Amino acid sequence: MIDHLPILQVIVPLLAAPICLILREAQLVRWFTLIASLFAFIISVLLLQQVQTHGTLIYSLGGWDAPIGIEYRIDELNAYLLILVTSISSVALLAAGTSLQKELTERKELYFHVAYLLCLAGLLGILTTGDAFNVFVFLEISSLASYTLIAMGRDRRSLWASYQYLIMGTIGATFILIGIGMMYMMTGTLNMYDLAERLPEVQQTKTVFTAFAFFMVGVCLKLALFPLHLWLPNAYAYAPSIATVFLAATATKVAIYVLLRFIFSVYGFEFSFSHLPLKEILVALGLMGIFAASIVAIYQNNIKRLFAYSSVAQIGYMILGLGIGSKTGLVATLLHLFNHALMKGAIFLALAGVVYRVGSVNIKAFAGLGKQMPWTMAAIVVGGLSLIGVPLTVGFVSKWYLVLALLESNWWPIAILVLVGSLLAVIYVWRLVEAAYFRPALQDSAPYKEAPLMILIPTWILVLANIYFGIDTSFTVGLSEQIAVSLFGVNK
Amino acid sequence: MNFLEQYNYWIVIILMMSGFYIVIAHGNLIKKLIGLTVFQTSVFIMYISMSKVTGGTAPILSEAYKVYSNPLPHVLILTAIVVGVATTALGLALAVRIKEAYGSVEEDVIQEKDLQQEGSQE
Repeated sequence: MIDHLPILQVIVPLLAAPICLILREAQLVRWFTLIASLFAFIISVLLLQQVQTHGTLIYSLGGWDAPIGIEYRIDELNAYLLILVTSISSVALLAAGTSLQKELTERKELYFHVAYLLCLAGLLGILTTGDAFNVFVFLEISSLASYTLIAMGRDRRSLWASYQYLIMGTIGATFILIGIGMMYMMTGTLNMYDLAERLPEVQQTKTVFTAFAFFMVGVCLKLALFPLHLWLPNAYAYAPSIATVFLAATATKVAIYVLLRFIFSVYGFEFSFSHLPLKEILVALGLMGIFAASIVAIYQNNIKRLFAYSSVAQIGYMILGLGIGSKTGLVATLLHLFNHALMKGAIFLALAGVVYRVGSVNIKAFAGLGKQMPWTMAAIVVGGLSLIGVPLTVGFVSKWYLVLALLESNWWPIAILVLVGSLLAVIYVWRLVEAAYFRPALQDSAPYKEAPLMILIPTWILVLANIYFGIDTSFTVGLSEQIAVSLFGVNK
Repeated sequence: MNFLEQYNYWIVIILMMSGFYIVIAHGNLIKKLIGLTVFQTSVFIMYISMSKVTGGTAPILSEAYKVYSNPLPHVLILTAIVVGVATTALGLALAVRIKEAYGSVEEDVIQEKDLQQEGSQE
């Protein structure tokens, strides 16, 4: 059993999805999905333990060894993200039953859970596999499932958002397919580890450059790097609340994992950063993303859209850390990956509570909610402070490392820009605080009750995680540093 | 001539660009999906043509054959075709739902209706 953990990680949610269709009973499906997700979480914790004691785990599918068969390869980077994805998915599912009851019909709820599990299986598959083509297949599994999740929103605009995401997502995935095809053409292998060994021989050919370019653009579309982020705001804004929580916290993070994996483990740091102006491109796009998306966020009246734009800005921070190209920069990226999932998870879950009671996420509806729904609003405020990067929250830790990395490389003007970018976050978070706490409640409506406990508890689990990991950084920082060392170490 | 020797890649590029152009330029949702399919198919052709060995047969283990094509990309593309079919099916299903909800499959009409809706909510 313990030997088969890497494959179980993917198989459990993948098999759980069709079983949901057999169960049918809504209550049963809810519990079953939650149990499947918790099971995946336990597996990921065990995997991390194994990786830390035995080093990289290699699992050959069907007993066929690597160059011929497909292998699953788990090192610290994978294990770290596996924990992130499975834990967020479990917490979101805790709240799913209550929130979905309000937003979907019972029939749709069943299909929601099926799509959710398939999306989870796809994301976990991307993280575990060591085969480049498998990445594409799992990427499409998770993408197709997430288009479905988004299309289930109550508003008809969710259909349009999902369609746009489908067009852009498919273009991105096809670009990735072209990139993988060209890599195969030059090396005759699809295994990432093999690719890393054989690519240096053909490094100077135009085909490899083209493959790299196609692959990077495709992945950047998937991770919503500015200016390829256009699908994201509507998709997050009109999807069912729980789908937003899950996708905002995990999907883009997994795409960043693919980017890291190919830059560091497959192409190698040398090739990615010294032959191509990737550094400059990533830093420029990251900064533009931070500013453009934050400024657009300030003008949004739909709060879900506001935080969706803020997600684009936060992705900018992650890409900026990567673009610095130093170990500390990578640590900052890895930290922000984890921390941003916690912040956005908490905020979007709290917004799910608001949707449950108020039924609207327009900023006007927030007037006076600070008194009526104190716990929900407090969760959003803590999440917002974390976004800004106030000390004692996780946001501070990742920004600290980002600024540290920038100063180490003597890029202090960019460090200042990062801090200015945080001030923009203050503005959009403040707009919400002002509406919730300082504006009187609308006269014509009865006071709203606090969000139901089943939404509040998971929200506060994430809020407390925000504070806990902001104070005790040994897990996140320690692990990120280990990962950064191993990623840089491979290529030296 | 070198230019014509690799005609398969020229076909791929032409198909890819025309598919991409259809996706960008057309406002009709169904036409967009057709463009997307053309775009994806061009990549399938790239994979299939690159693994073909001139004069090679199907990969059968036999004394009689020495030269055969590489089977792996063909198998890979079988998977990618399935993914493509799934994407198109989902896209068409969405188009049907959009038609029901908006009464149109033209991009500009949908965007106009969205703007009106947002305006009335303000």
